[in-house]
Amino acid sequence: MRLLTHNMLSSNIKGVTKGFPLKIEVEKVVEKQVEINHDFLRNIFPKVDWKAFSDAARTMGYVELPEQAPDPSVLESDLDFLTKFHHALLELHLEEGALVCPETGRKFPVNKGIPNMLLHEDEV
Amino acid sequence: MKLKQLETLLGDLQQFTTPKVELEQYPTGPHIASRLLYTAENSFDDISNKVVADFGCGCGTLGAAAALLGAEQVIGIDIDPQSLEIASMNAEDLELDIDFIQCDISNLGWRDQIVDTVVMNPPFGTRKKGIDMDFLFVALKVASQAVYSLHKTSTRDYIKRTSLRDLNASSAEVLCELRFDVPQLYKFHKKKEVDIAVDLWRFVPKRSQVKDN
Repeated sequence: MRLLTHNMLSSNIKGVTKGFPLKIEVEKVVEKQVEINHDFLRNIFPKVDWKAFSDAARTMGYVELPEQAPDPSVLESDLDFLTKFHHALLELHLEEGALVCPETGRKFPVNKGIPNMLLHEDEV
Repeated sequence: MKLKQLETLLGDLQQFTTPKVELEQYPTGPHIASRLLYTAENSFDDISNKVVADFGCGCGTLGAAAALLGAEQVIGIDIDPQSLEIASMNAEDLELDIDFIQCDISNLGWRDQIVDTVVMNPPFGTRKKGIDMDFLFVALKVASQAVYSLHKTSTRDYIKRTSLRDLNASSAEVLCELRFDVPQLYKFHKKKEVDIAVDLWRFVPKRSQVKDN
């Protein structure tokens, strides 16, 4: 699971009001290289919840991202930033571990890169 | 990539080994899948460089087609772990990077705005009434640009009316009518193979209001 996917997912357990962002428990991270696409990065940047994203990257062991969302002008000029943004967003994968509901602590296991977000009957 | 080439690649994908009738698991054939994605890309520019979600992805045919046509990020979602396993293998065979999530579409917890396009071949709702509309409801909430979906031609008027009135669609258009081959997968199928008429729809969600997370 990429961090871009993590940036969209939230816990949807009945009664939970703020299920985003899910905390990450890491057992195994894998990296898969993909070609960088500058236009895509510029387009997705304003939609990413930066705090959730940079925290998630740090949890995954990647500490090169600024904690605060940088000014969008860096997307035009700063190739170094684009490379790091690309790497954290699309190349880091949570392979084994869990996503944890920030409100209830309920764990959603991640096996072979696939988070299991199925809810139990009493959680719907 | 040419349409024929896409169809051939999709034809090599592995399909359900033991389909589950309660989930209405029918493979999306390469003919339909290639046309759906090809139209989305070439007529509407909804695939390449986009974030595409495949709802009820099954063995991942539509998602794989999206990735082959240059989607930057593809997310396949299905409730069934066996399907996801096959879908992962299919993606690996084609060397495609696709994220999969095991989830019931009706309970999907998702921030909107990030997914551009949803593609889906939802259950037709013959086993579980209304599930096709549940899928469409969630798809129109999640997608910011367009939803492509297949529905039985016999339900055309109902789909149009309901999507515009209740499901947040600003437009609902049938792009073409296709034949969906349903092979004899289950015991209750009396005929060897039937084909049913299905519509390929394109829905556009109403301009998504910016919401809090």
